[in-house]
Amino acid sequence: MQHLIIGAGPAGVVAAETLRKCDPDCSIAIIGDEPEPPYSRMAIPYYLIDNIEESGTYLRDPRAHFASQNIEVVQQKVDAVDTAGKSVTLADGSSRAYDKLLIATGSNPISPPIPGLDLPQVHSCWTLEDSRNIIRLAQPGSNVVLIGAGFIGCIILEALVKRGVNLAVVEMGNRMVPRMLDDKAGGLLETWCKNEGIDVHTSCSVQSIADAGNGQVEVELSDGGKLSAALVITATGVKANTSLVEGTDIKLDQGILVNRRMQSSNPDVYAAGDVAQGVDFSTGNFEVQAIQPTATDHGRIAALNMAGRDDEHHGTLNMNVLDTVGLISCSFGLWMGVDGGDSTELYNPDEFQYINLQFDGNTLVGASAVGKTQHVGVLRGLIESKIDLANWKDRLMADPTAVMEAYLASTQELGYS
Amino acid sequence: MQKSLNIDPGKCTGCLQCEMACSYEHTGTFNPSRSYIKVFTFHHEGRFAPYTCTQCDEAWCMRACPVDAIGIDASTGAKVVYEDKCVGCKVCTIACPFGTINYSQATGKVVKCDLCGGDPQCAAACPTDAITYVDADWTGYDRMMASAAKSLPSAEANA
Ligand SMILES: Cc1cc2nc3c(=O)[nH]c(=O)nc-3n(C[C@H](O)[C@H](O)[C@H](O)COP(=O)(O)OP(=O)(O)OC[C@H]3O[C@@H](n4cnc5c(N)ncnc54)[C@H](O)[C@@H]3O)c2cc1C
Ligand code: SF4
Ligand code: SF4
Repeated sequence: MQHLIIGAGPAGVVAAETLRKCDPDCSIAIIGDEPEPPYSRMAIPYYLIDNIEESGTYLRDPRAHFASQNIEVVQQKVDAVDTAGKSVTLADGSSRAYDKLLIATGSNPISPPIPGLDLPQVHSCWTLEDSRNIIRLAQPGSNVVLIGAGFIGCIILEALVKRGVNLAVVEMGNRMVPRMLDDKAGGLLETWCKNEGIDVHTSCSVQSIADAGNGQVEVELSDGGKLSAALVITATGVKANTSLVEGTDIKLDQGILVNRRMQSSNPDVYAAGDVAQGVDFSTGNFEVQAIQPTATDHGRIAALNMAGRDDEHHGTLNMNVLDTVGLISCSFGLWMGVDGGDSTELYNPDEFQYINLQFDGNTLVGASAVGKTQHVGVLRGLIESKIDLANWKDRLMADPTAVMEAYLASTQELGYS
Repeated sequence: MQKSLNIDPGKCTGCLQCEMACSYEHTGTFNPSRSYIKVFTFHHEGRFAPYTCTQCDEAWCMRACPVDAIGIDASTGAKVVYEDKCVGCKVCTIACPFGTINYSQATGKVVKCDLCGGDPQCAAACPTDAITYVDADWTGYDRMMASAAKSLPSAEANA
């Protein structure tokens, strides 16, 4: 059996390892186009502040790991997929046949339609290559403009502040991380960032970027303001990288459409990670989540099915944790609530503390929190286990911080649920 | 045979000796807020439940880590955090459905129970034997782990 995996990110690597566990004899090759050994984008913020060497971003120890598992890692770009002939063509002109193909090509940053985006001072923050450019231009005391205060924008904010730059953030939405946090939580983040000396512009967009000489650019804002910058970083969202299979028989929507076995509309082709539109635990709908835990889950399920095991995915829970210059926030599942469901919250803006729980009947279906670092994982446990909280729901409505107690009392044999 | 922690919440009096011992073992200070084992209080019932990582088979924390910073201690079976590799991204803290791997603002890394390399100090400190470290193949803690795990749909979906 020949398994071919396109994309050497977390989805591809976990898939390869899972295939090897299932079948010691099959042939497994990962083809990735980035020049570095397989690495994790998630580690980039820590690389930006010299917390780790470049090798600290590697998913596995590249010297021994892949060889010891007999996984071939090929550094090449795949140019085309021939689903009828079951082969792929590489950039060097060679081709490779497959029995089962996994597409784990991740996502690409979206370029907002702004004039001046091609200037050398403008970069996205998606790859190690981008990071090197950012490190070069984000020198202490220089002015940096970050376009987009979404999840990725907020994650690199801290690194930029730690590099000692003067930072301005421009976000079109009315608050920071609008797709992960509600008004109150997003508001706390905004106040926190302003207190940390960051120039935050919400409900504002960048109109244009123009060369201002001396290596500087001028950034024009929709509110009439102008910012001078040595570096502009775009973090305005990502889009599934489906270009390779456009025009083939593989069905696409927001990403590659897959079933609960991560199988595309072509039975020999699977998809996993940011590129795949897989099933969401909370809604049962098929959605692109573009988060790391989903990528590894997808990789595992896809591999089990490629290896011939029949494994249906129950769905991945959308969840995020964010550290914004020291203020930690997280959200899980249907944090915005469901029609007819109850909700409860504790909001203490002076202490930058917030927790919000969303119920559907007696079960927890979503949660978000700011300023809470201990036992946050249990929110996932409560949601994914769909525990009937019974009496504990009333207690949580009165005190939403008692989530750990609610979980223990409802799942353990404590004898007093 | 590998040993595991056996927790009998019925015997716990809430004295917090385990938290003191754990924080001393791992941080050199008696500071329960930095303990990896935590005693939860049930005010209505006047009862207590010590809880920490069950070293679960699924190891959600380990699977979620983007940089391979969590591994298995071969002698104890504990899932341990390699401090030199951990970047502090916290994704493991939302991945563990039991809430037992937590970010430490003091170190900028995550912390979890490591079974103290085979001599858990919480068990040694507990005056009522509510926490013991035993070679039993079916400890109370295993039961806890199983009852928690079976409630999760993703527990079945494993290689
Ligand atoms: C700065 C930053 C911080 C992040 N922080 C978090 C976080 O805290 N939490 C979280 O959950 N997520 C985070 N993410 C998102 C997370 O990194 C992604 O969800 C994850 O990388 C997706 O994994 P993947 O394997 O699907 O894709 P990727 O990691 O993108 O890997 C896909 C690979 O495929 C390669 N490829 C594409 N096309 C081809 C081709 N034609 N031929 C060969 N190779 C190809 C790509 O070059 C790439 O190397 C972060 C991302 C960034 C950029
Ligand atoms: S920290 Fe959580 S996920 Fe990790 S081994 Fe312990 S119980 Fe399992
Ligand atoms: S916080 Fe550390 S151990 Fe946890 S997932 Fe991130 S790097 Fe791994």
